Amino acid sequence: MRRHTFTRFAEALPAAVLAACSGPQSPLDAGSDEAAGIAILSWVMFAAAGLILVAVLALAAAAARAPAEQPRWATREGWVVAAGLVFPIVMLSALLAWGLSITGGGGGASSPPAAFRIAVAGEQWWWRVTYLGPDGSALFSTANELRLPIGQRVEVDLTSADVIHSFWVPGLAGKLDMIPGHVNTLPLVAGRAGTWRGQCAEYCGGAHALMAFTVTALPAPDFERWMAAQAAPAAEPDNAEGRRGRALFLASGCGACHAVRGTPASGTIGPDLTHVGGRPTIGAGLLPTQRGTLAAWIVDPGHLKPEVRMPPFPVFRGEDLRALAAWLESLR
Amino acid sequence: MSRLPDPRPRPPEELEQLQEVWRQPGGWRLASAVNNTYVGVFYIGTALLFFVLAGILALLLRIQLAVPENDFLSQATYNQVFTMHGTMMMFLFAVPAVEAMGVYLLPNMQAARDLPFPRLSAYAFWAYAVGGLAFFCSLFFGLAPDGGWFMYPPLTSSEHSPGHNTDFWLLGIGFIEISAIAGAIEILVGVLRTRAPGMTLDKLPIYSWAMLVFAVMIVFGFPAVILGTALLEIERSFHWPFFIAEKGGDPLLWQHLFWFFGHPEVYIIFLPAAGFVSMILPTMCGTRLVAHRWVVLALVATGFIAFGVWVHHMFTTGLPKLSLSFFSAASMAVAVPSGIQVFAWIATIAKGRLRLTVPSLFVLGFLAIFTLGGLTGVMVAMVPFDGQTHDTFFVVAHFHYVLIGGMVFPLFAAFYYWAPTASRRALSERLGKWCFGLMFVGFNIAFFPQHVAGLMGMPRRVWTYPAELGWGWINMTSTVGAFILGLGALVFLIDLARNFRPFTGGNAGNVWNAGTLEWLPGGNYATRSIPIVTSLEPLWDQPDLAREVDEGRYYLPGAPTGRRETIVTSAIAAEPQYLMQMPGPGWPAVLAAWFTAAFFLLLTVKLVTPAMVCGVIALALVLRWMWDTDLGPAHPPVDIGGGIVLPVNCSGPMSHSWWAVVVLILVAGAVFASLLFSYFFLWTVSPDVWPAATGQALPGAEWPLAAAALLVLSSALVWWAGRRLEADGHWSVRLGLAAAAVALAAALAAELAGQRATGLSPTDSGYGAVVYMMAALQGLFVATLGIMALYTLARSLAGLLHRHRRATFDNTMLLWHYAVGQGLIALAVVHFGPRVL
Repeated sequence: MRRHTFTRFAEALPAAVLAACSGPQSPLDAGSDEAAGIAILSWVMFAAAGLILVAVLALAAAAARAPAEQPRWATREGWVVAAGLVFPIVMLSALLAWGLSITGGGGGASSPPAAFRIAVAGEQWWWRVTYLGPDGSALFSTANELRLPIGQRVEVDLTSADVIHSFWVPGLAGKLDMIPGHVNTLPLVAGRAGTWRGQCAEYCGGAHALMAFTVTALPAPDFERWMAAQAAPAAEPDNAEGRRGRALFLASGCGACHAVRGTPASGTIGPDLTHVGGRPTIGAGLLPTQRGTLAAWIVDPGHLKPEVRMPPFPVFRGEDLRALAAWLESLR
Repeated sequence: MSRLPDPRPRPPEELEQLQEVWRQPGGWRLASAVNNTYVGVFYIGTALLFFVLAGILALLLRIQLAVPENDFLSQATYNQVFTMHGTMMMFLFAVPAVEAMGVYLLPNMQAARDLPFPRLSAYAFWAYAVGGLAFFCSLFFGLAPDGGWFMYPPLTSSEHSPGHNTDFWLLGIGFIEISAIAGAIEILVGVLRTRAPGMTLDKLPIYSWAMLVFAVMIVFGFPAVILGTALLEIERSFHWPFFIAEKGGDPLLWQHLFWFFGHPEVYIIFLPAAGFVSMILPTMCGTRLVAHRWVVLALVATGFIAFGVWVHHMFTTGLPKLSLSFFSAASMAVAVPSGIQVFAWIATIAKGRLRLTVPSLFVLGFLAIFTLGGLTGVMVAMVPFDGQTHDTFFVVAHFHYVLIGGMVFPLFAAFYYWAPTASRRALSERLGKWCFGLMFVGFNIAFFPQHVAGLMGMPRRVWTYPAELGWGWINMTSTVGAFILGLGALVFLIDLARNFRPFTGGNAGNVWNAGTLEWLPGGNYATRSIPIVTSLEPLWDQPDLAREVDEGRYYLPGAPTGRRETIVTSAIAAEPQYLMQMPGPGWPAVLAAWFTAAFFLLLTVKLVTPAMVCGVIALALVLRWMWDTDLGPAHPPVDIGGGIVLPVNCSGPMSHSWWAVVVLILVAGAVFASLLFSYFFLWTVSPDVWPAATGQALPGAEWPLAAAALLVLSSALVWWAGRRLEADGHWSVRLGLAAAAVALAAALAAELAGQRATGLSPTDSGYGAVVYMMAALQGLFVATLGIMALYTLARSLAGLLHRHRRATFDNTMLLWHYAVGQGLIALAVVHFGPRVL
């Protein structure tokens, strides 16, 4: 019975390990040199650990089956010292040297200067993303998504507005915590075009599970176009529904928390919505950005994301709600 | 010593008297028992209860995660349940369980009649049981903590967690930590001072070594988290900003204090379990442990290295590369002693012939699981790998392999192995094999896939996850495994219900043909007589020993003073030094624990007045309990056999109570060291709130100088009182103590007055908070010593204090000198530091 389960388990194992090689949030599905280096280290360690585990278990099995006459090797302390002291020290020293050689942190002297900086602040439970100019001034603010030019070194300054969060895009780099009173800098270099999912990795209360974001790497020209579009104010609505939506937004006090550049709305408590329609997700990775999801969010965000700080707005319904959601969706 | 075993017949009434003296109360009065075999079994049972409760919480978590976007548990409930699961498993199950096994096993293994402070064991147990159950019940009122078991501020600050939930964690756990320290003092003094004559350190069972290192680690590790919880609770209640970045505090201070405890904690749990394995394997293989000395060395080395690895929990906080490298190397180094033990166990299996009993199966399961957990431990010690796997399910899998593999499997081996010493019947081999099979298979199905989940990017502590990430099947597998594991635990409970029969006056005996002393025949009094130990496995080397011991042919075959007694031996050579009279069943310690628990719980829900009433009652009960201690030479010296005549009870540096106070001082010193660390840490992180930057005036030099002079005066007065006690100058002793207490309090008043004169307030900044915290800690000692001084005065006035009966005075004096030393260092740091550095 037990053996049977074991066999099945052993058969399922390789499939499971292979499945782990891919996925939008797997550190082994590397999109950067740094992540690839860590992935190689990981695979080597998995293989070595597998071999050592098998060797130890085989040794234990051999020991348990040994004949009643004591084998001479078993009674000697020498091999206990060799296997338990010398072998690990040699192995671990080699591993440590390798590990430290690919440890980031503190900024290596050899790394090229950053092309530009992005400030990301963790807030319960979303990401405030601000692209910075060469002088450190804010170019524009967005939320829950980063876009990077392929192959350029970008430095991300991580801070927190409330509790500790942790910024983690497994496909590009290891995680780094966002701690009140500290600024941690994480260099990112995307090696190829693609979109990776990131998620808060330090428990930050309430909706910690629902605090994700995306990072998209673009070829340089596309990236430049995106930057220019983001820096621009919101486009004028080109239809009646859009104008009605904008009027409702401005009249209902949404601007107390949200900014839409190009309109009087300039709140800073919640995410800047100037180009919200162009972001892949709303609610910090919760739902795809569509008219329907925007409407559902506005009416009762707490239903979709418990404990969210935005209050529900059941006052919007019918035509009004459709207009509001349509205008937000049009902000690309 | 050569005259033992004594072949002469023993007087017939001797055994009867021994039994009478050690008789346990029946019925509901059983709760007043203080004997280690009784308290030990209650203690183990309660730990097991928490294991089951926290295990049920784990199953709830697994149901919620079984499928993506599940709504079995709400977000708020899930956050409470995972916090409680971790907290209960660590604080209410793991540490108490190994401590409980120590209370139960150590005296028997060392052939002592009991541990040196039976009522302290009872107090620690009841405080833990009552406090722990009340803590658990907070779940039913939605009041359970929800900040995660490591409670990082500022999430747990009053701003982000305004409810009582966090206070339940801080006060509930702070209080259970204190109970753990009480247990550690008991075990430390017990291992060192209550051993069978002849049980020198090289003949000390491995398990005793493990518990010695365990207790030392608690003494140095727990104070950091006790201070941490105190600082956080004070911040929450009184707004002293230790962890608030805007005011010059730092959230990372908590992480340092927590993990300075938290990582040694893992070894605190593992070392006793390794001790179980090193006891069980030789018996099951019928041979001595190979590389015994190396195993002892490995235990001690683990204890040391474990204090140098805490930062590996903080690899992702943005520390400089140099610190990362050091702690990465240390974290890998800690694998080495474990490796030595693993190979020593395999060598022992090879040397002997392993019987495949249930304890053996659990040990083999442990070897397999723990080895894999150790290997993944090396992986996460690698900084870049940790950056990807920290706070993911990979780490969840890793530490369950280490903790369930490294602690729960050996503990179950230990249950099956030692049950025959406590119960009339052994546990069932048939059910035991089912239990093992289900647990082993279930465990691996539950936790192996979690490595994969982590490598697919699944963070820990998430109550839900989207379907499109493809984590569903892996979580479902894990959930199925968890239920199989739970089924294994259920089989164990059935086995217990069917076969475990403690407190019946008899036991199943040496069913495994083991070689150590806990398998000697005996009753509530432990063994009839106390043997001379000449080897590591006396029952193997002296085939007649069990019979001779039971016939009373060795030391102390009766109860010569008519009370419970045990022999106190020297720490290294285990030479008999004196006979200690011990207490029988009694209520004060038990009730004191109940009222202490009530004090903390009422304080948690801010019912201050009832809390204070309970606190005063608890204090009165403790003093009542203490009143019966310090018996002095209550009986003329006693012939314990073998030509040895021992004095009865003892004062001075040889006394077991002196040793306990020294250990307590080490605990206090570790708390103070943690506070000094906090002071310098905050100074380094936020020099901008220190006087040099803010222009905050320091108190004039006259204040600290006056305080220092008063402290020195108070120590001198106590010293003088001690000299006068030697001459039985009772009024000088009383006056000296009273004057010393006044001087001690005046020193504190001078410090506070000096600080207040500058306008500094503890709520101003991290600087103000930590400066006043130094004074607050000193205040705790002033209050404690004030009570001890009054108590000593009362004993003096009652005629219970004189030069042959002075342990009360000596203990007060020791703590007094410590408090003065601590006060002087605090003054130097607070006043000298900012002026000079």
